[in-house]
Amino acid sequence: MSRIVGIDLGTTNSLVAYVDEKTGLPRVIPDRDGRALLPSVVAFTPDGVLVGEPAKRQLVRRPETTVYSVKRLMGRGYEDVKDELCYLPFKVHPCEGIVKIEIGDREVTPPEVSAIVLRSLKERAEAWFDEPVEKAVVTVPAYFNDSQRQATKDAGRIAGLDVVRIVNEPTAASLAYGLHRLKDGVVAVYDLGGGTFDVSILRVKDGVFEVLATNGNTHLGGDDFDRAIVLWLLDDIRETHGVYLGRDNEAMQELRLAAEAAKIRLSGEERTTLTIPFDAFTYHRDIARADVERLIDRLVESTLAPCRVALADAGLAPSDVGEVVLVGGSTRVPLVRRRVQEVFGRTPHSQLNPDEVVALGAAVQAHILAGGITNLLLLDVTPLSLGIETLGGIVSVLIPRNTTIPTSAREMFTTSVDGQTVVDLHVVQGERELARDCRSLARFELSGVDPMPAGLPKIEVTFLIDANGILQVAARELRTGKTAAIEVKPTYGLSDADVARMVEESFAYAEADVEARLLIEARNEADTVLTHVARALRQGGGLVTAEERERIDAALAELRRARATDVRDLIHEKTTALNRATEHLAEVMMDAALKGALGSKRAAEIIESQ
Amino acid sequence: MSHFEVFGLPRRLAVDTAELRRKFYALSRRWHPDFHQAAPAGAQARALEESARLNAAYRALRDPIARVDYLVRLEEGRETREGADQKPKAPPELLAEMFEIQEALEEAKAGGLDDAGRRGLGADRDRLLARLHAEEARLTGPLSAAWDASAAAARPQALAALKQALATRAYLRTVIDDLNEALGEQADGHVTHRRH
Repeated sequence: MSRIVGIDLGTTNSLVAYVDEKTGLPRVIPDRDGRALLPSVVAFTPDGVLVGEPAKRQLVRRPETTVYSVKRLMGRGYEDVKDELCYLPFKVHPCEGIVKIEIGDREVTPPEVSAIVLRSLKERAEAWFDEPVEKAVVTVPAYFNDSQRQATKDAGRIAGLDVVRIVNEPTAASLAYGLHRLKDGVVAVYDLGGGTFDVSILRVKDGVFEVLATNGNTHLGGDDFDRAIVLWLLDDIRETHGVYLGRDNEAMQELRLAAEAAKIRLSGEERTTLTIPFDAFTYHRDIARADVERLIDRLVESTLAPCRVALADAGLAPSDVGEVVLVGGSTRVPLVRRRVQEVFGRTPHSQLNPDEVVALGAAVQAHILAGGITNLLLLDVTPLSLGIETLGGIVSVLIPRNTTIPTSAREMFTTSVDGQTVVDLHVVQGERELARDCRSLARFELSGVDPMPAGLPKIEVTFLIDANGILQVAARELRTGKTAAIEVKPTYGLSDADVARMVEESFAYAEADVEARLLIEARNEADTVLTHVARALRQGGGLVTAEERERIDAALAELRRARATDVRDLIHEKTTALNRATEHLAEVMMDAALKGALGSKRAAEIIESQ
Repeated sequence: MSHFEVFGLPRRLAVDTAELRRKFYALSRRWHPDFHQAAPAGAQARALEESARLNAAYRALRDPIARVDYLVRLEEGRETREGADQKPKAPPELLAEMFEIQEALEEAKAGGLDDAGRRGLGADRDRLLARLHAEEARLTGPLSAAWDASAAAARPQALAALKQALATRAYLRTVIDDLNEALGEQADGHVTHRRH
């Protein structure tokens, strides 16, 4: 049996983990610098593709070609996401059901972007084991529908990974907590990540993890908290500085990153200060935890109804829940913890790092599949009801939500016109009565039906949801016993041919090699310093002597010349030199800003009045 | 193979659910695809099929009302869920009362609800909910026991009683859902049994 790794493909960060044969415990594989988290960010630069930390550093510099939070677009149609596209700096277009991201003169699909992240994790694992890694368990939010799961599987294929199992994130987390930390009984897993929210209710007994019910929202997470803070800051900047930055992609990325950092600090502290240098002014703002709680209160509140529905679906009351487990970075927010505690009436567990617990659980599931663990069994459910559209657009439910998977349903179909040889089926997922309010999964065309009077053919169609939560359909004409041919037209997915083509093309998006990457990084750092110095000279150039100014200008010119070469060491050296030449200028400006703050006059005004 | 046969049970409505769960877990350990990942394709397909059958059987039998519903279909030889989506008809003894409630509902839909109308519909809803619970208790209690105890000759009668009670319950559920909707309330607060 070949090795199988566990991968958490997150909205904000991704990780890869495995079970250590010696200890029997799951562990995360770090990168060369010892970092466990790989930011799920991909930057398409003229010099090559960057992934993770280096890509994240391109967010402000190249907002139009640096893709983040792509998980929110996976398996989605344009209609699903159009309302939030105005917040994304890169361009997203509708294209044959799915969406595509415009990168210069090329277009990439969300699974291709995710594949670049997966490939980077695959290479990280291969370097760690010093052998090829070809199989993986990949996690998805429990509330992901069929299209979103399929898109995740496609991403694996494009990355050269056989995704042997798709596992739900909250369920994976419960596996990571496992038998050592969970007593037999009912467990609630509350999983609030960067872009998605899930709640799962499980019964744990004698090594069996049986999911009783799951609910959630695949479009709610820490990203939305950041967005609420950014909108508030935009208003504040308009009031205090008289400018609206909402249409400035670079400024918006600065604001988003600063808002995220402030949110994280406020999970540990009551107050924090935000300082963002813009071209024309530097923005300072004191923020209290209460400010952020006021902004995100409605969002946190909206996670509570799914918790109650999941409990009701499981036929349980909050008092039946023995333990509550917190998963996802957003559960570090104190307000979230308070609300979860209120809903379930229990102090939640959080011994395991909420960023790593899903990947650790994926590794456990991988080990089960590889035959390394035989005493644990995971019984998961399908999160959404599966149905077919019938006359008048009404949905007839074949498999209700929260049915344990794998599961199958059989249904009989016939023809309505004499001599009809083709029958169309429309399969949907969701809880609404009308097909148009549900999620369209696919249209199936059953062809090759023998021409007969209407109503005579008996076509038996079997709908099977496998252990990945993905639908498979088979059809048979009962009178002739012939297998009917099925053509699937996925509403929001890639065809097999698309995926095969993307596997071929994926090498064009291969991550730049180490040397190239370091050069891109060096140039990037040079660009950042050049921008900062130009900004500093505009705002505070008058604070230094002409002699000092001359020295800075000279260092500036030298760095510009060095940047044009391919010599990484030279670029580094000149970047450091320019930094040193501007140290004094930075000090003087900081002094001025502090005086401004003390004198209740804004730093930017002081600098502008110089 | 019927769902009862999957668990080696007779066609009876009295089921020890703790024992059923124990068997379900044991059979899952045998058939779940997780444990057949490295098996040849044929064996994998078999595991998938058995596992799907097992899950369907457990779902049909674990809940006492779902169990009755399944038994009725099994006894009548209905494999598919034919007619499952038809709106349930009002049982004759409820007709008069339902007529009034339907009228009030129509009014509410047409022109909004004043406080008195709201209170009226709320009281109707609570009364029907009590009746629903009573019907469910009758279904899973005496009617189920009557089926289990009946000799072959008395079975059609016992089955008809179960079927009638299921229809009454389905009808009440629909009207209660309509009332909840008119009142703008979530039905989820009133879930007493696992949905099926």
